Order: sequence, then C-alpha cells, then structure tokens
Amino acid sequence: MSGVRPAGVAAAIGARFKTWEGFLAGLLLGIVAANALTSPSFLTMGNQINLFALSIEKVIVVLIMAFIILNGEIDLSVASMMGLSACALGWLIQQGIPMPAALAVCLLLGIAGGAFNGFWITVVRLPSLVVTLAMLIGFRGLARVLVEDRSIKEFPAWFEALGQQPLLGPFPLSMLIFFGLLVVAVVVLRYSGFGRQVQVIGINQDVARYSGINVARVKMLLFTVSGLLSALAGILFAARLGTVRGDMGLGFELDIITIVLLGGVSIFGGAGSIYGVLLSILIVLYLRNGMSLSNITGHLQAGVIGILLILSAMIPNVRSFLARVAGIRPQVPDGQS
Amino acid sequence: MRLRAGRLRAETRREGVLVLLIVLVLVGFSLIIQNYLSARLFNRVSASVTILAILAIGQTLVVLTRNIDLSVGSVVGFTAYFVGQQLSLANDIHPLVAVAMCIGLGAALGACNGAIVAWCRVPAIIVTLGTLALFRTVLVEYSDAQTILTVNLPQWLVDLPRLNVVSFGRLHLRVVVVVMLGVAVLFQLLLKYSSFGRRLYAIGSNPDAAHHAGFPTRGLVFTAFTLCGALAGLAGFLFLARFGNITVVAGLGLELKSVAAVVVGGVNIFGGAGSALGAVLGAILIDLLENSLIRSLQVSEFLRDALLGLLILVSVAVDSLIMKRRRGS
Repeated sequence: MSGVRPAGVAAAIGARFKTWEGFLAGLLLGIVAANALTSPSFLTMGNQINLFALSIEKVIVVLIMAFIILNGEIDLSVASMMGLSACALGWLIQQGIPMPAALAVCLLLGIAGGAFNGFWITVVRLPSLVVTLAMLIGFRGLARVLVEDRSIKEFPAWFEALGQQPLLGPFPLSMLIFFGLLVVAVVVLRYSGFGRQVQVIGINQDVARYSGINVARVKMLLFTVSGLLSALAGILFAARLGTVRGDMGLGFELDIITIVLLGGVSIFGGAGSIYGVLLSILIVLYLRNGMSLSNITGHLQAGVIGILLILSAMIPNVRSFLARVAGIRPQVPDGQS
Repeated sequence: MRLRAGRLRAETRREGVLVLLIVLVLVGFSLIIQNYLSARLFNRVSASVTILAILAIGQTLVVLTRNIDLSVGSVVGFTAYFVGQQLSLANDIHPLVAVAMCIGLGAALGACNGAIVAWCRVPAIIVTLGTLALFRTVLVEYSDAQTILTVNLPQWLVDLPRLNVVSFGRLHLRVVVVVMLGVAVLFQLLLKYSSFGRRLYAIGSNPDAAHHAGFPTRGLVFTAFTLCGALAGLAGFLFLARFGNITVVAGLGLELKSVAAVVVGGVNIFGGAGSALGAVLGAILIDLLENSLIRSLQVSEFLRDALLGLLILVSVAVDSLIMKRRRGS
C-alpha cells in the first residue's frame, strides 16, 4: 500500500499491534532493548550465534510441532525420539558401522518411529496425546536399552567438528539446516495446498473429511516428518555435545510445546502462524540468554517462561473481557480465547 | 435410562478386563520367575503403587472434566520437600498436622491451576505446563540446593511405610495401602453417586450442555483441580515417608505416569467416561509390570520402559476396539 497518509500508517501499525504477532513483536523488542542495555555483549555476533546454537535442536523440532498442533494433534514423543536417534548413532558407531550408514539408519529410525505413531493415530484412531505419551516412554526405553547407563563418545573428529564449528561464514551446520527448514515451513504453510489442508483439518476435522481431504494421509505425513526431524535433531545434538547418554533431551518436549503455544498456535488446532512461532522462538531464546548473562540460573529461567506461557494465554481473554465491558468488538486472534 | 445402564455396564466390563489383564500378568510372570507369587511381591507392589494410585485418582477427577493436570509431579515434589523440611526443623509436629499441611499445600497449588483454567479460561494443558515449570522453580529457589535427609526426619515418619494394619503370616497389609484403598473407595462412591461426581461427567461429555443446564461449570472445574492438588499433596506425603531423602527433583515425571495410569485405567482422555476404580487398576497394572520386569532375568532393566510404552498403547487400543464394537451393536 503506497501513498498512505502518516496517520493511516500509524493506524495500520496500531492495528498490527493488536494482533498476536504484533504483541509478540512488541514483547521481543522490549526484551532485546532490556538485554542490550544490561549486557553489552548481548548484541555481538558471537553471542547471537551461541544462543541459537545452544537450543538449535529444540528449535528445529518446534517447526514441525507447530504444524502438528495446528493440525489439532500433539506429539509428546519428540524428545524421546531425539534421545533414541542419538543413542542409536552412538551404538552403531560402537559396533563398527561406518558413519554415513549409521546416520542413514538413524534417520530411517526416525521415519519408522514417526510412522509408528501415525499408524496408531490414523488407523487405530487413538488420541495422539495417548499414543505419543506411550511412545515418550517407549522410545526413551529403547534408547536406554542401546546405551544402558554408559555414555558413548567414540565419534569421528569430523562429525564433532560439524556440530561445533562454523560451516558457512559464522553459521554451524545445524543453524543452516534450521534456516532452510524455516523457509520450507513458511512456504508450505502459507503457499501450498498441503499447508491449507493441515489448517482446515485443525479447524474442523469432519468438515475436512467431507470436503474430500485425505485426513489420514495428512496426519500420517506430519507424524512421519516429526519423527524424521526429531531424529535429525538428535543427531545434531550428539554432534554438538560429542557424546551420547540415555537421558539426552529428557523433558525437551515441554519446552518445545511451550514455544509453539506462546507463538499463538491454538492448542485446539486451526489457528496460528509460523511468524508467531518464529517470534516466540526469538523471545524464549533471548529471554533465556539475557537471564544467563545476568547470572540467573536455568531453573529460574524455566519458571519465568512458565509464567510467560500462562500470561500469554490469559492476555487475549482479559483483553476481550475489557473490550466487552467497554462495548467494543473484541479484537482477539482466532482460537486464542 | 437404558443408555445410562449401558454405560455403567461398559465401565464395569472395562474394570473386569483390567483385573483379567492383571491376573494374566501375574500368571505369565509366575511361569518365568521362580517364587514369583509370594507375600513379598504383594507387600512390595501394594506399597509402591500407593503414590501413583492416589495421583491417578486425582488426575481422573480433572480428566473427567475434559481437562488435564500436568503439574502433579511438581506438586508432589513441592509438598514432599516443604513438609519434609518443616518436620526436620521441628520433629515434634503432630503426624496429623503434617498430613494436613501436605494436603492443604497441595490443594492451594491445585487451586491456582483451577482458578486460571476456570475463570481466565486458559486451556488446562497450557496452564499446567506453565505451573509444572513454575512450581518446580519455586521449589529450587526455595530449597537453595539443600536435600532433606532421612536422619533428620521424625522416627514415626521413617517407620510409617513399614507399619502394618494386619499381617497374615508374611503377608502384610500396610497402613499406606489402607489409606490408598480408603481414598479409592471414597472417590469411587463420590463419582458414582454424588451430584458433584455426576456433574463432572456431564461437563466432560458436553461442556456447553452442562453450562446451559445451569451447572456451575467453572466452580466444578475449579473444585476438580483443587481436589487433584490435594490428592497430589497426600501423594507427596507418602513420597516423603517412602523415600526420606528428598532432593529438588523429587516427583519429576510423575505427571506423565499419572496420565498413563488414568488412560490405561480406561478414563477417556477427552472426558466424560471412566472411574476412580479404573484409574487405581491402571496404576496397579503399570506398577506390577514395572516391578515384575525388574525381577525378570530375561528382560534387561533397560527394556522395561520400552515394554511399558507398548503396553499402554495396546491396552488403550483394545479398550477403544471394545468400545467401538459396543457402540456398533
């Protein structure tokens, strides 16, 4: 829109701020400003890369989790799959399997595990909450079978270097993968028929089925990709740490789901955008990094993010309540109420 | 009326299936493990299942209303630590006061969840995911990385897990088991016959209809969460008595285990169907399997969780098939 009067621009910005993404963007600006003021090292390139690299495995899985929650489902087994793929990699290396073959097996394991979830959800038609809760326990159990209570660190040097050192410019491989997947996620969700189907199913599954969408196929694909990306994240995690243990990634699923929900994706499916999720990723990472730079411990960080999650879900309701009282039409993003 | 009778029959049948599964597990393992069916097995499983069973009953109340409480693990840790600390500082606190402190503290934490879910209308999974982290954070900050030690606890508390009501030879009926059975019977009756209990089912079956029928749905959801918290507080007390040494990670992961017990126990995760008895049977089945798999030499202890996950899937799938066939006929 060109040639808009300044007042119109201000109104447009004002309207933009009333959307969920606008709110998140405001919050993000506040956090960046506060961080930059309290710690001079915050805005350095090194710190920015570092704060991303420390959570890159979670952030990769956040992208597919956003699709799954948009679809009205949930996958609680992602962190266990990360652990399983990392442990399987360690175990295969210990058995003397060459690295490329081991990597391929781990990714296939992710596909198989995801498809296994998808089978119970689409064919047996069990709730995804139940299926993936069971596999949260099951995949973790398998991971423990493979490495028991040892830790394995016999990875080739190039593999560890790939996880720890910059590959292209200042970016390590994992960040490049994340950026690539982010572009794919935006394109698929915003501009592809498949993305539309994911959302329509999330709004109303029955309507989607009657309009000829193959609901089972869409869900199967989503859970399979979730397994694949979780396995990939597990491999990257192993490369970054240079060692694998049975409890790798324990409890990550809750962090991942928190980021998606904070991004404005409705837990009931159908509503939400990938931009909101991206903003939410930045908010959580910056908030954690800022707190670390100010010497606030990990547990307190988790508590702050917990409060943020609850508040973020409450604010739209409070706002719509105030709007109702004032007799104004509420401006709440769909599904947030 | 016919519909109602039909559903009750279905619940009874489901509980029957669970009992059958438990018997099958017992028979199966007795063929694999020597001296499996012993008084020791009963003593061990009955005592260890109490915490999970009480949590599962509380979780049932919440799940029946189409909500979920993921914070119970943190509530257990919080109450166990806080009350353990008070008892370490003042050994002469009366046992009943200690229990009341646990239940009260748990109820207060549950009420926080309930208030936000009921009146701020935030989905329960979001609220309790947040408080799961929040309660644990408060505990970690409060504890200052100190551990509660058994040696500082009063003697009556240390002896409590081994205290028997009656013994038949080497078969002991522990006090904690009787407490668990009492809670189970109380809530089974409450859910089946009280108007409060029936209204929880109504909310879970159709929240809008329950609201239009004039039920105080928000108050009921709030009460369900508060009771769930109170029961988690009681479980926290039993946790303290059982383990004695309490660190800040106490009770970690119990939230998912309680959901698993509820689901295996036949409580519909989307609300409206299930029973306290079913949840207890689900907890028993899970705990029995865990205990048995540990002792089985053919199965490594590490395979236990993998099998447990598979068992949850299979039992829910069987349940869903039975229910589908019933609806079809």
